[in-house]
Amino acid sequence: MNSRDKILQQIKLNMPSETVLPEKIRFDSHFESTENKFVETLSAIYTEVIVVKDLNALKEKAEELYASVTNRATTIPFLNSWADFSLNIADPHDLEMIEIAILEAEFGVAENGAVWISERHLPHRALPFITQNLAFVIPRNAIVNNMHDAYERLSDTTGWGCFIAGPSKTADIEQSLVIGAHGARSMVIFLIEDYPGIL
Amino acid sequence: MSKAIIEHAAASETFNKDESYVDWHDETLWFVRQKRDKSSKLLPEWEQLREAASTIKNYVLSHMDTLLVSFEQKAKENGIHIHWAADAAEHNEIVLGLLKQHNIGKMVKSKSMLTEECHMNEFLSKNGIEVIDTDLGERIVQLRNEPPSHIVLPAIHLKKKDIGDLFHEHLGTEAGATDPQYLTEAARQHLRDKFLTRRAALTGVNFAIAETGGFVVATNEGNADMGAHLADIHIASMGFEKIIPKQEHLGVFLRLLARSATGQPVTTYSSHFKKPREGQEMHIIIVDNGRTTQLGRPDFRNSLKCIRCGACMNTCPVYRRSGGHSYHNAVAGPIGSILAPNLDMTKNADLPFASTLCGSCSNVCPVKIDIHDQLYKWRQVLVKGGHVPQSKELGIKAMSVILSQPRFYQWSGRLGRSVMRTIPFMVNNGLNPWFKQRDMPEPPKESFRDWYVRNRKA
Repeated sequence: MNSRDKILQQIKLNMPSETVLPEKIRFDSHFESTENKFVETLSAIYTEVIVVKDLNALKEKAEELYASVTNRATTIPFLNSWADFSLNIADPHDLEMIEIAILEAEFGVAENGAVWISERHLPHRALPFITQNLAFVIPRNAIVNNMHDAYERLSDTTGWGCFIAGPSKTADIEQSLVIGAHGARSMVIFLIEDYPGIL
Repeated sequence: MSKAIIEHAAASETFNKDESYVDWHDETLWFVRQKRDKSSKLLPEWEQLREAASTIKNYVLSHMDTLLVSFEQKAKENGIHIHWAADAAEHNEIVLGLLKQHNIGKMVKSKSMLTEECHMNEFLSKNGIEVIDTDLGERIVQLRNEPPSHIVLPAIHLKKKDIGDLFHEHLGTEAGATDPQYLTEAARQHLRDKFLTRRAALTGVNFAIAETGGFVVATNEGNADMGAHLADIHIASMGFEKIIPKQEHLGVFLRLLARSATGQPVTTYSSHFKKPREGQEMHIIIVDNGRTTQLGRPDFRNSLKCIRCGACMNTCPVYRRSGGHSYHNAVAGPIGSILAPNLDMTKNADLPFASTLCGSCSNVCPVKIDIHDQLYKWRQVLVKGGHVPQSKELGIKAMSVILSQPRFYQWSGRLGRSVMRTIPFMVNNGLNPWFKQRDMPEPPKESFRDWYVRNRKA
């Protein structure tokens, strides 16, 4: 008998008697303002949230924030003239040079500051990790309260997606928090008001 | 490890030689425990979440076979290769086989306690494969040639000076440098080079979802994703108990996991893998290695509910003052002490005794494992099976003689008090383990019983 069948057979023999799933697996969070909670949570994890009116305002802000930076990449066509690094490459290793990536993402979670991004919005899975600095753009009204709401909203059918909450960090040296472990060294989230569907 | 095992008590004694160091270790972990408290108290539904998580995991234990089969089927449909390993050796052989098949001699690995349990790095290294651990804490202990001392905080036993010296030797940082920012930056540069040049990446699995065939890997550093998304082949190793029924259950578990571990509301990255990226190969190895046996032990099976948050370690007064290495097992602390005897009763017989049975571990456990009850029950199993040293067994027998005979017990107490008063050096000496690191208490004039008998008469 192969290991698969052996393991499954042994499991069957040794399993406890059947129990049922819990009825209550989701809880509501009550925040005075979902957006304020989102901003507050993110500020505690070193992430600035910037509200912009529309794509023009986003571009203006991007130009202002990253004026002196070269190797700028984006997945938002409207920002193509801002970017100087094309994502039209075959090998993700070539993304290594990117200093700042402004990426469209789907929605945010107020209780923990996480933003959902998936292959639906990404040409390369490595992009949000390999870039030195990261910015997400999500519609201003796309913030849910907690993770239960997040999974309810999640309709992703792509092959990969990730909740990302702030820049990468570690506290492995004497519990001292250091921002910028392997992933992004900094994170900005743009909340855009006038959202034209796919950006 | 092939090294001879030093029993927990003896290893703790060494750990306790430097008092200020132990105090620092104790306080550092207690600080993490307090962060967990603060964070959990922000959620009014915390206890209900624990209950939900526990109930889901109970369901998992009682439907393990069908959940695994469903997971396997979905994952295969998604283009993932599934392997089953009955034990550590088979797991390691599968990894080696995959690497050989692709002609790969170097691999990056993110945190996986399972591969520690399987001693995979040692095995691969003997077979000419270089494995680089990419979690900063794990890289630190790997460079020191020692195992992690904590499942979430692998280098928690080290001071920044130790790490500064280590990095000076291996990564060429300035001698005497101890700034965590500077040292982390050095590791970032060193490991970025590895991420960019390795064609294989191995990750652990935090949760595998039966409904979708996907799996979730949580990190703060981003190292699992950096490795997996740049590699031609991604291998994910999981103990079969990592399975959960539905994606929506992640809402419960991800709300509990990081808050219990470090007090963060969520880890920086919660990466959901479902299909390999184009041109990539993805493999999942589902491992037993004693888990089916544990599943068959009614008293101990629910140790398999563990989600590896480490909260029981941070809160444990024994762990905090003895350090992870004293447990000589991949998973240390209270949870390690109930998992380890299942793997080897003789080698790990000391571990269930490394506890005060205070119950704090059970109180903080996000999936409500009755850890301290299991520690207590393991003691009975181990003594009955003849796995504890004779000295301990004799001690237990002597105690049982005294405690089962009230008059003898009263007489012993009186004798003990009088000895402590009249010839204190009989107890205040190095032979008495209770005298270590503490002064003996002032012996009371009379026992509570004597006091009670006297006062009731009055």
